[in-house]
Amino acid sequence: MRHFWLGKLDSHALPHAWFTIGGTAVFLLAALITVIIITRMKRWKWLWNEWLTSVDPKKIGIMYFIVGGVMLLRGGLDALMMWLQQALGASNMPGIGGEAAHGYLSSEHFQQIFTAHGNIMVFFVAMAFIFGLINYIVPLQIGARDLASPFMNTLGFWLYVGGVLMVNMFFMFGGEYAATGWLAIAPLSGKVFSPGVGVDYWIWSLQISGVGSTLGALNFILTILKMRAPGMTLSKMPLFTWGSLFSMLMAVTVFPLLTATLFLSFFDRYLGTHFFTMTAGGDPMMYTNLIWMWGHPEVYILMLPAFGVFSEVVATFSRKPIASYKSNVIGMAGVSFMALSVWLHHFFTMGASTDVNAFFGLMTLIVAIPTAVLFFTWIATMRGGMIRFETPMLWFLGFVAIFAVGGLSGLILAFPPADFQLHNSLFLVAHFHFNVIGGVLFGIFCGINYWFSKFTGFKLNQRIGRQAFWCWILGFCLSFIPMLILGLMGATRRLDHYDASTGWQPFFVLMLIGGIVIAIGTVLQLVQIFASVIQRHRLYDATGDPWDGRSLEWGTTSPPPSYNFTVIPTVTSFDTFWEAKKNHALPGPAYEDIVIPKNTAAGIYIALFAFLLGFGFVWEMNWLAVVSIIGIIVVLITRGYNEHSEYILTAAEVEKNEEKRAELHKKRLEQHKAALHEEEMGLVDFMRYMLKLGMNYIRQKRRKRT
Amino acid sequence: MSTQHKHKHAVAKAILFLGVVFGGLGAYIVHFTKDIRVGPLTTKGPIAAEQANLIYLSLGIVLAVLVPTILLLYFFAWKYRESNNKAVYKPGAHHGKAFVMTMWIFPTLVMLVLAFILVPVTRRLDPRKPVNNGTAPITIQVVALRWKWLFLYPEQQIATVNSVTIPKDQPVTFELTADETPMSSFWIPNLGGMLYAMTGHVNRLNLMATAIGDYSGSSAEINGAGFAGMRFTANVTSKQDFGKWVNQVQYKTNPLDDTAYANLRKPSEAAPVTTYSTYAPDLYNTIIMKYMGDMSGMDMSSMNHEGHTK
Ligand code: HEM
Ligand SMILES: [Cu+2]
Repeated sequence: MRHFWLGKLDSHALPHAWFTIGGTAVFLLAALITVIIITRMKRWKWLWNEWLTSVDPKKIGIMYFIVGGVMLLRGGLDALMMWLQQALGASNMPGIGGEAAHGYLSSEHFQQIFTAHGNIMVFFVAMAFIFGLINYIVPLQIGARDLASPFMNTLGFWLYVGGVLMVNMFFMFGGEYAATGWLAIAPLSGKVFSPGVGVDYWIWSLQISGVGSTLGALNFILTILKMRAPGMTLSKMPLFTWGSLFSMLMAVTVFPLLTATLFLSFFDRYLGTHFFTMTAGGDPMMYTNLIWMWGHPEVYILMLPAFGVFSEVVATFSRKPIASYKSNVIGMAGVSFMALSVWLHHFFTMGASTDVNAFFGLMTLIVAIPTAVLFFTWIATMRGGMIRFETPMLWFLGFVAIFAVGGLSGLILAFPPADFQLHNSLFLVAHFHFNVIGGVLFGIFCGINYWFSKFTGFKLNQRIGRQAFWCWILGFCLSFIPMLILGLMGATRRLDHYDASTGWQPFFVLMLIGGIVIAIGTVLQLVQIFASVIQRHRLYDATGDPWDGRSLEWGTTSPPPSYNFTVIPTVTSFDTFWEAKKNHALPGPAYEDIVIPKNTAAGIYIALFAFLLGFGFVWEMNWLAVVSIIGIIVVLITRGYNEHSEYILTAAEVEKNEEKRAELHKKRLEQHKAALHEEEMGLVDFMRYMLKLGMNYIRQKRRKRT
Repeated sequence: MSTQHKHKHAVAKAILFLGVVFGGLGAYIVHFTKDIRVGPLTTKGPIAAEQANLIYLSLGIVLAVLVPTILLLYFFAWKYRESNNKAVYKPGAHHGKAFVMTMWIFPTLVMLVLAFILVPVTRRLDPRKPVNNGTAPITIQVVALRWKWLFLYPEQQIATVNSVTIPKDQPVTFELTADETPMSSFWIPNLGGMLYAMTGHVNRLNLMATAIGDYSGSSAEINGAGFAGMRFTANVTSKQDFGKWVNQVQYKTNPLDDTAYANLRKPSEAAPVTTYSTYAPDLYNTIIMKYMGDMSGMDMSSMNHEGHTK
C-alpha cells in the first residue's frame, strides 16, 4: 500500500548530504522570502493577473529572462564548483594504485555537477533567453499584435518552468542527479549502470521542457509566416526574425526526435525494454546517433537567433543597412540546413567506416562556408559606416574574436583523424565553450543591452556595462585558452582528479581564476541592471528609439502597449522604420478596434500536471502519473470549449489608453529632464548609493523606535 | 577632451589591456608547457605524428584565412568609428554582384582546399589499416572493464591489467571491446587517436611506437564513477626486452581463470597492474559473443552497483 502511494519515495530520499540540504534550504528560503514580500506588498492578484496568466509575449519574454537569469547563476555556481575541484584535483598516484579520492568532491558528485551544468546551461539558460528574445522582439519586428496561438506560447513557457523545477527537484527528493554527461549516453544511462532516480530526473526535465520548445517553435513559425504586417514580404523581414525563423524550423524538425528518444530511454528504464541496452539486442550506438541527430542542430537552434541579433546590431551601430541582405539570409539558411546533416562528427571515434567519416567531415566543412559569408556581410556593413561603440557593439566585437577561435577549433575537429586525437579532450570542451559562450551567450548579452530600453522604458548603464564586458573577456580568456592547451596536453574532459605528473594543474588553476573573473563580470551585469533602475529617470528612453534603430520594434514606445502598435504599420523595406524616418513618413496617431487574447491559467495547470506526471514516473507512483494525464486532458478539453478566449478593445478605449500613456510619458519626460545633469553611475557611485540607502533605512528604523 | 581624443584613449587602453593579458597568458603557457610529455603533440609514433601534422596543417590553413579576415573587421571598426572625421560615411553603399560572388566563392575555395586534404587523409589514417613498416602487426585484444583495462596477447597467451607492453617499431593491432561496461574510449595520446570500446563489438585500432618509454593511456569516454581513474600505462620496450618480459610473465604462474576474470569484472577503481601467465584461449570470443543475439536469460546480477568495491 505504501508502495502504491509513494512508490520508491522514502525517508532516504530526503536531503542528507551537505549539498542537498544546502540546495533545499536555499530553495525554500528563496520561496519563503518571495512569498513574504509579495504578501506584504499585497501583490498576489497583480502577479497572477498581470504576469503569470498573461498571454502577452512581451511579458512571457520577461519571465523567460528572469527564470533563465536565475538558472544562469545556478549553472554558473556548478561551473565554479567544477573549476575548484579540478584546480585541487591533482594527485600523486605513484604509478597506478595510489590513493584515489582527491579534491573536495566525490567522483559521483562531480559527475552529477557537470551533467546538471550542461543541461541547465543549454536547456534552461540559453534556450530560455533565446525564447525570451524571440517572444519579445519578433512580434514587434514583424508588426504583429500577438502570436498565432497565444495559449500555446504560455503553455510552452510553463512547460519550461516545469522542466526547471524537475531538474532541481533532486535536491529535495532523491539527492542525486544523472552522472552521465549532458546527453546521458547509453548504456551508461540505462538502469543497469544508473539505477538511481538521477537519470529519470534528467529524462523528465528534458522531456517536459522539450515539448514546450516544440510548441513554442511551431507557434513562432506560424506567427512569422502568417502574421506579418502588410507589405512585409519574406524578403523584407528583419534579420533577427529570419534567424529566429530558421532556428524554430530546425527546432520543430529535431525536437520530436528528442522526445521520441527520451521516451525510448524511459521505456528501457521503466518497462525494461531493450532499445538502448547493452544486452538482449539493444543498440546503444543507435542512441548515440539519435541523440546527436537532435544534439547538433540544437546548438545551431541557439546560434541562429544570436546571428540575427548581431546582424541587427552591426547595421544599427554602423548606421548602414546590412550589406547584401540576401547573402546574409541565404547564409543563415545554409547554416541551418547543413546543421541537420553533420551529427556524425560527434562520434567519428565510434568506428564508422572511413567513407562515412569522410562524408560527415566534408559536410562539417561546408557549414563553415555560409558562416564565413555572415562574417563578410558584417565586415562590409561596417565599411563606410559611422560606428558607435555602445555596449551592444562591444559584445559583438568580443563575439567576433572568440567565435573565430571556436570555428577554427571546429574546423580542426572536422578532420576525422585529428578528431581521433581531440575528441572528448578538453580541446573539444573548449571548442564548444568558445561557440556557446562567445556566440550564443554573447549574442544574448548583446541583444539584452540592445533591447533593454524596449523591455523597460530606460536604457542600460553603459559605464558598468563596459566593465562587465571586459571582465567577461578577461575571464573567458583565462578560463578557456588554457582549456584548449590542456586538450593538446592530453587532458580528457570530465576528470574529477588526475595525476600531478601530467603537469595540468597550473592550467586548471588558471581556469579557476578565470572563472572567478567571469563571476565578477556576472555580478557587474547585475549591478549594471540595478544601477540603471536607480537612474531610470536619467536613462529614460523618451523616443522609443534610443539607438536610431532600423526595424519596426523601434517605431513603438518603450515599453510598447500590450497591443504593440495602435495602427499596424505598412512595410516598405527590410529597414522600414529607418526609411520611414528618413522620408519623414512616420504614421500619425490613429485608432482602431483591437482583438486581444484573454489571460489564461490553463498553461500553468497543464505544466503542473506535466510536472507531476514526470515526478510520478521518476518515483514510480503510477497513480500520480495516471491522474496527471487525466488532468492534462481535462484542462485541454475545458480550454477547447472556452470560446471566449479573446476580447475586443474598441478604438475609443485604445485612444483613452493612449492618452493615459501620453500623460505618463509627459511626467517621465519631466523627470528625465530634471535628471539629465546626473553623470552615469560608476561602480563606486553605485556602492556609495547602496551604502547610503542602507544607512538611511537603519536611521529611519531607529527614529521610529525612539 | 574631444570625443576623438577620448576614443583614441579608449582604443589605446583596450590594446594595452589585451596586450598585457595575452602577453601574460603566453608567458604562463610557454612556461608550463616546457616539458609536457603527454598529449597529441608529443608524438612517439607515426600515427600520432601524422595526426599532429594534420592538426598543424589545418590550423595553419584556417589561421591564414581567419586572421586577416578578423583583423580586417577590427580595422574597419576602428577606421569607421564615429569620431573619425576623415573616414567617409557611405550609408548608401551598394554591394554589387562581384562583391557577393567573392563573398561566397572565397570561403568555398578555402573549404575545397580543406576537402582535398580531408578525404585522402581520412582514408590514409583509417584506424583499421595496419601500420605498414614491413613487419606484420601483432594483435593485442583489449577489454574495457569497470574501471580498468584488460589486455590479452593471443600470440603469447598472456594477459595484463592496466599496463600494456609493446615492442618498439612493431605495428600493433588493438582489438577493442568491453565487458559489462558502458562505452569507453581507448586512448594513448602519444601513439595516436582513440576509438570506442563497446560490448559486442570489435573496433580495430592500429598504432605503432617508435620510441622506448612509458606512455599514459586512459578512457576518454565517461563510463561510470571510476572513470577518471581508469588509466593505464603503455610500456614501449626494445624487441629483446619484450621477449624477456613475455617470458617473465609466463614464468610467474598466475592464470586468468574464471574466478580471476569474475573478480576483474567487479567494478573497482585504481586496480593495480597485474600480469597473468595464461588465459582461456576462447575468453575474448566469449566476451563478445555474450552480447550477440538474444541474451535475455543472461545473469546480470553481477552488474549492479552493489558490486562496487573501492
Ligand atoms: C564552423 C563551425 C563549427 C564546426 C566546424 C564545428 C565542428 C564540431 C565538431 C567536429 C565537433 C565534434 C568534436 C568531437 O566530439 O570530437 C563539435 C562539437 C561541438 N560543437 Fe561545434 N562546430 C562548429 C560550430 C559550433 C557552434 C556554432 C556551436 C554552438 C553554438 C558548437 C557547439 C558544439 C558543441 C556543444 C559540441 C560538443 C558537444 C559535446 O560533445 O558535449 N559548434 N563541433
Ligand atoms: Cu556538431
